[in-house]
Amino acid sequence: MTLNAYLILSTLLFCIGLIGVLKRKNVLMLFFSTEIMLNAVNVGLAAISKFHGDLSGQMFAFFIIAVAASEVAIGLGLLILWYKRTGSINLDDIARMKG
Amino acid sequence: MFEIVAFCLFSVLTITMFSITVLTNNALYALSSLAAGMIFISAFFFLLNADFLGAVQIVVYTGAIMALYAFGMMFFDSLSEVKEKVKNPRLVFLLSGMVALIVVVIFISPILGENISANLPVNPSYGNTVDVGLVLFTKYLVPFELAAIMLLVAMIGGIVLAGKKMEVSYSDMTEEEIDAHIQAENEIENAKKDVK
Repeated sequence: MTLNAYLILSTLLFCIGLIGVLKRKNVLMLFFSTEIMLNAVNVGLAAISKFHGDLSGQMFAFFIIAVAASEVAIGLGLLILWYKRTGSINLDDIARMKG
Repeated sequence: MFEIVAFCLFSVLTITMFSITVLTNNALYALSSLAAGMIFISAFFFLLNADFLGAVQIVVYTGAIMALYAFGMMFFDSLSEVKEKVKNPRLVFLLSGMVALIVVVIFISPILGENISANLPVNPSYGNTVDVGLVLFTKYLVPFELAAIMLLVAMIGGIVLAGKKMEVSYSDMTEEEIDAHIQAENEIENAKKDVK
């Protein structure tokens, strides 16, 4: 397979994640879409790493995975706290920022 | 030949799974299809000779992150409907236009970056795992340690944020005690709301 095939796949996956971020109002779904976008970028980085014979792409993919893991831990903690306080996981309720 | 068949099969599977994740209204379906999609993504890493990255993908995403989501969803009423109505369509049009622009930039970027030489070349004699370890613990040592500290901070932050009001254990109490405790808590909540 060519580099372009992998990059087109990466773009498609990124667009799916982006559609989720733009369309969904459920904060849990927003987190899922963010994971999809991060994974799409990882595929692109691994593909470039192979076709240029350079390991930097894989290194960055590892750090992206670490960032995704910590993002989930903090995000879910905040969301659980918000849900206990208001009983809602709708994005519009959070956008109001009323304690 | 094998690579083309595997690439087509796994790209169709991944795109289907992630579309289900984004489009479904049921959070449980979204969670399981996301986990499946993550495993299919690791197939691309194996195809691209990044064996260690593929293994990490399976372990971290389907082992750690999906388990975290599954535990987190026990705190929510996850099957409740959330009103999905976009109030400001003009903003969505603007953002979609910017997305189209980014897609164009992504498609032309391989043409722009043609004469790049490898900074950290791959050594085929070592194998992927040894190669990754050598680079990670020499050139990327400081970012690696920073990532470790970041994960520690995130873990403590997650425990502190999610663990509030967990000092009483319901499994050690009798049924009457639990009822009394919940009633007392509700009264405190109501009193707080009255003050506001």
